[in-house]
Amino acid sequence: MKLMTEQRDGKTVLMVKEGRLDAHNSGELKDRILKLFEEGGRDLVVDLGDVQFIDSSGLGALLSGHKNAIHRTTGFALVGLQPRVKTMFELTRLQRVFEIYPSLREALDV
Amino acid sequence: MCKASETLLNLDIVVPNQTRYLRLIGNIAEQIARDLDEDGGDHEALAYHLNLVVTEAVTNAIQYACPNDEKNKVRIFLSVENENLCVRVYDYGQGFDIEAVRVPEVDELSERGRGIFFIRSLMDHVEYRKTECGNVLEMKKRLT
Repeated sequence: MKLMTEQRDGKTVLMVKEGRLDAHNSGELKDRILKLFEEGGRDLVVDLGDVQFIDSSGLGALLSGHKNAIHRTTGFALVGLQPRVKTMFELTRLQRVFEIYPSLREALDV
Repeated sequence: MCKASETLLNLDIVVPNQTRYLRLIGNIAEQIARDLDEDGGDHEALAYHLNLVVTEAVTNAIQYACPNDEKNKVRIFLSVENENLCVRVYDYGQGFDIEAVRVPEVDELSERGRGIFFIRSLMDHVEYRKTECGNVLEMKKRLT
C-alpha cells in the first residue's frame, strides 16, 4: 500500500496514494495511523484525494484513527474526499463524526 | 432464484478466498454496470454501488469461509435479466445470521457492521440462505 507522510505547519499529513480502500489494504492504513500516533505524531491530516473507492473496512480504519486521536486528545482530519467517497460518509452519517475539509490547505490553516 | 425470460448476461466467477481479489471482482461488477450505459441512462452511481456491494459481499464470504481450507473458494454469480440485476455470492463456511447483523449507531464509532448496511441500503432485495452448494447472499436491483 502506498502511504506517504510529511510534516506541514506542525501537523502530520498522511497521503493515501491508492485509488481503492477495501478489506485488502485498510488494515495497513489502520496500523500506519496507529504507528504515527505512537511515534508522537500530532494533529494528523489524512489526504484521501487519490481514493476513488472506499468500503466499510476503509471507513473502519479511519474510525479507528479518529478514536485514537480522541484518546490522545489530538486532532484527526480528513481532506480531499472525492464525490463518490463522500457519499459513503453521508450514507453512514459519518460526515458528522469526522472533521472534514475540502483541501489540505484549509485543514492546515485551522 | 433469478429467473427471467431475457437474459442479457450471466457471469460465473470463482476466486480463492483472499482479499487480494476484491479489486478484480469489484472492477468487473463496476464494468458490467458501466456497459449498461450503452443502452441509455446514467449508470455511474450504479457502477460504484455495484462495486461496493460485491466487495462487501465477497469480504463477508471470505471472513465466514473456513480459513484453513486451502481449497476454499468464493463464487460470484452476476446476471442481468430484463430490467433486473442479480448478484449471488456463495461461501462454504458456517455462514451467519444476516438478520442479527445490527447497524451501528453513528455515535458508537464502531469500526464494523456497515458492510451489510451498505448492501441493504443500495440493493432492492437482499437475502442470505443455505443451499446445497453453500451459503448464498443474493442481492437484486431493478435497473429502471
